[in-house]
Amino acid sequence: MRRAALLLMLFLWALAPALAKEAVPAGDDPVTEHRAVALEQQLRCLVCQNQTIAESQADLAMDLKKEIREQIKAGKSDEQIVQYLVARYGDFVLYKPPFKATTVLLWAGPFALLVGGLIVLFIYLRRRRGRLAPAGLSEAQRARAEALLAAKEDRA
Amino acid sequence: MKRFLIPLGIFIVLLLFLAVGLRLDPRTVPSPLIDKPAPAFTLPRLDDPQQRVSEKDLLGKVWLLNVWASWCVSCREEHPVLVELSKRNLVPIYGLNYKDERKDALAWLGQFGNPYTISIMDADGRVGIDYGVYGVPETYVIDKQGVIRYKQIGPVTPEVLDAKILPLVRKLQG
Repeated sequence: MRRAALLLMLFLWALAPALAKEAVPAGDDPVTEHRAVALEQQLRCLVCQNQTIAESQADLAMDLKKEIREQIKAGKSDEQIVQYLVARYGDFVLYKPPFKATTVLLWAGPFALLVGGLIVLFIYLRRRRGRLAPAGLSEAQRARAEALLAAKEDRA
Repeated sequence: MKRFLIPLGIFIVLLLFLAVGLRLDPRTVPSPLIDKPAPAFTLPRLDDPQQRVSEKDLLGKVWLLNVWASWCVSCREEHPVLVELSKRNLVPIYGLNYKDERKDALAWLGQFGNPYTISIMDADGRVGIDYGVYGVPETYVIDKQGVIRYKQIGPVTPEVLDAKILPLVRKLQG
């Protein structure tokens, strides 16, 4: 009897996470759900701007989740749905902004900075090498150095 | 002396960028709908849900579309400005009552005054999505051809009204 109770407890315990899973809106079809979630992860929630629509619990995000699912069911392609949202909220809804005239600085900026930094570093190193280059000893200096060394050895 | 000029120059440029950045509001996202036709809608009137209003009914005049809700805190802040504006009879204000309960909305107007020529109900927020609404209140200026010419995100203040909205309205009414 005790054993059965224990087993039942274990069973319920194992089941708990599965039961605790969040209710998914209209997620009756796993394929739709999968596509919807993949899309939502690329889209920004405009209310809480550093969250994706997938993460956000904001009212607007919930409405957009519903909208995305309905459009998927209506047979729209991913691009069409993204276009639909961009037409209303602008490129800002995209977590990955498109490459165009207004975003050149955004995309190319870091690389331009890197190249600029490398050029500055290169010029600096070359100048430094010029300054630090061993001057080389003249014949007289060499002779004197050898004499000094020889004198030191004699003393030792 | 010369060796300090370059770091100083970099510092000043950085300072300028930061100063500009401080003045930008990241919550204000430029709307792609500016200079595009106002999205179509046909929605029931708040005062008489039997009657419906469409954006086509408003062609031929310059009008403001103000998105509001009784649950919206900033709308309360903005409301006296709109009431004051409606008394001046410069431009009709149409209200889009966004995701609200009808009785709450009516009570709100009863309590604070009604600046709207007509309010229409967008109970499920579908028209709000079409207009790219993401933070109530929002206000659109729509011209005689039914084209959106300006969008104010957040409350309309007397400053915004005098500096941007009214001059634009006057120009569009031309």
